[in-house]
Amino acid sequence: MSAVAEQTGEWLEQFTNQPPAPAWLQSLRDAAFARFAELGFPTTHDEEWRFTNVAPIARTAFTPVAPDALLVYPESVKKLAPAEAEAHLARHAAFDQNPFVALNTAFLGNVTVLEIPRNAVIEQPIEITYVAQAPLPAVSRLVSTPLGERDTESSVGMSADAAGTGTEGTPCATVAHPRTLILVGANAQCTIVETYKGAGTYFTNAVTEIVVGDRAVVDHYKVQQESVDAFHIATLQATIGRSAAFASHSISLGGALVRNDVNATLSEGSDATLNGLYIVNGTQHVDNHTLIDHAMPHGTSHELYKGILDGKAHAVFNGKIIVRKDAQKTDSKQTNKNLVLSDDAVVDTKPELQIFADDVRCTHGATIGQLDAEALFYLQSRGIGKSQARRLLTYAFAQDVVDRIKVQSLRDSLERILFEKFHEHAD
Amino acid sequence: MSLLEIKDLHAKVGDREILQGINLTVNAGEVHAIMGPNGSGKSTLAQVLAGRELYVVTGGSVTYDGKDLLAMAPEDRAREGIFLAFQYPVEIPGVSNMYFLKAALNTIRKHRGIEELDAMDFLNVVRDKMQIMKMDQTLLNRPVNAGFSGGEKKRNEIFQMAVLEPKLAVLDETDSGLDIDALRIVAAGVNAMRSPDRAMIVVTHYQRLLSEIVPDFVHVLAEGRIVKSGGKELALELEAEGYADLYEEPQAVGKV
Repeated sequence: MSAVAEQTGEWLEQFTNQPPAPAWLQSLRDAAFARFAELGFPTTHDEEWRFTNVAPIARTAFTPVAPDALLVYPESVKKLAPAEAEAHLARHAAFDQNPFVALNTAFLGNVTVLEIPRNAVIEQPIEITYVAQAPLPAVSRLVSTPLGERDTESSVGMSADAAGTGTEGTPCATVAHPRTLILVGANAQCTIVETYKGAGTYFTNAVTEIVVGDRAVVDHYKVQQESVDAFHIATLQATIGRSAAFASHSISLGGALVRNDVNATLSEGSDATLNGLYIVNGTQHVDNHTLIDHAMPHGTSHELYKGILDGKAHAVFNGKIIVRKDAQKTDSKQTNKNLVLSDDAVVDTKPELQIFADDVRCTHGATIGQLDAEALFYLQSRGIGKSQARRLLTYAFAQDVVDRIKVQSLRDSLERILFEKFHEHAD
Repeated sequence: MSLLEIKDLHAKVGDREILQGINLTVNAGEVHAIMGPNGSGKSTLAQVLAGRELYVVTGGSVTYDGKDLLAMAPEDRAREGIFLAFQYPVEIPGVSNMYFLKAALNTIRKHRGIEELDAMDFLNVVRDKMQIMKMDQTLLNRPVNAGFSGGEKKRNEIFQMAVLEPKLAVLDETDSGLDIDALRIVAAGVNAMRSPDRAMIVVTHYQRLLSEIVPDFVHVLAEGRIVKSGGKELALELEAEGYADLYEEPQAVGKV
């Protein structure tokens, strides 16, 4: 208990320093913070966090900043005030088990709430970009240090030291709790692109809730391009209506310590597609936890997560699928494939199927492999240089996930990013 | 000067010595067939010439076009004009045939000091060659060999050879798994490539390919050595008599 109090003490100060909120919101924040204080930061003894050690976050003192959201959306989409979405806000992403969701909810304020009206078919992607603030220089620094030197200081790699402990003269890492709620009306269709980026050391603790109306079709893309010194913890919760189709594409490229939770709850006849691509190098750590909850009959889900690891990177995949007693005729497929380019990278992958219905079809598979030596030789035997051949095969490994991206501009930019990344890898 | 000169070549995979002293000279314009029973080292020889690292050369030399072939990386051998038609072409999902072959052709052209081709010029080059191989042009947009039938894979090999225009082509059991119609298409593709500047080594287990691609020389490989060489008629003899009396059974040695 005292360890928990030690960790959460700093946060209590931030929490109580918030300007007061309207009663409904304040009670939500209070409940969430109380839960966070009870749970504390998870440790690796916690099964859900077994391979992801968040101690670097727990022992860092962050300076809170409001999330900075850039929004691009067509006129037919309505932006709502949080109070207008009270019935949904924080009703989908549960904070009773996940301390980071609790922490985000405790700092609810600057929420991005978008509503897509019933029957609306929106072709233009709705873009939501969260840009993290660079570490804030301490006051004494601002006075005494020339600008150039300060810039060098703040670009130092991740660690509790570099992140700063808030003491005088050290740049202080920021924390933001981006919160997004998207309400998609019945029969509507839309595409959402959420992007996270920033520079330097900081902590992004994001929660996104998406409510997919009956028979609606929603494609969600998350592009995580945080700085390589950043902490990124995020939960996406989708509640999918009857006969609706929801697709999540999670592209994870940046961050020093990253945890993505993608949770989808299905209704009768819903379809959920969960695609993921993570590319990590150096000492990056990325943990993808997915939860597909087949609560009602005739649901289908397809999940494909692919990872490319180099250096001493560590990737975790945990794919939980629950098929509840009533969810007969469920059809579910899960695949996780990992390409390991170095000797020191580590992958922990685990399917977790909990099936309580008897008339279902569920398949799962996971692989961890290296570049195919025969394919490499085949390419070389046609005159293609070894490094280009490696690059080509690495790129090819990611191709099927990239092909599923329907937003042309996003696919193009991702292909460019991948190409550049593998250029570095190969040479 | 010969295009290819193999002298006393020894190679092993793991602890097993497979090539035990190969000697072979190939001149430009010649077609050499290499026959022999399973496990005699035919495919190993083909792979060693292409530079497969799995096989370790333990002795001997290979001179290609005046250069030490064994010192060259596989991609450099290809750029210098060596082409191996694989017995088992590799499937590469995620890389289109078009991208792959264009990259290969342009690397080789660059090496030869010829201008690289853009997509339009490349298409013009490949269109005729696809017709010779009776290949559907949609194949270009499909991933390399992925989901191809056995016959399509073999035709794709010869098609690649036609596009890359090697100086020395090594065909490793290109006939295996082909029905007679597919065999004729493949053979026609190979025959169209015969030229005074180009040599071919045709590795095969059966004579039937050699009725279609008529060789200038036939060599019989057994236990890692060439045990007999002759003209095209040797293939017919082998077909009639089999390989059995070409080499001594090891168990017959030192017994009784």
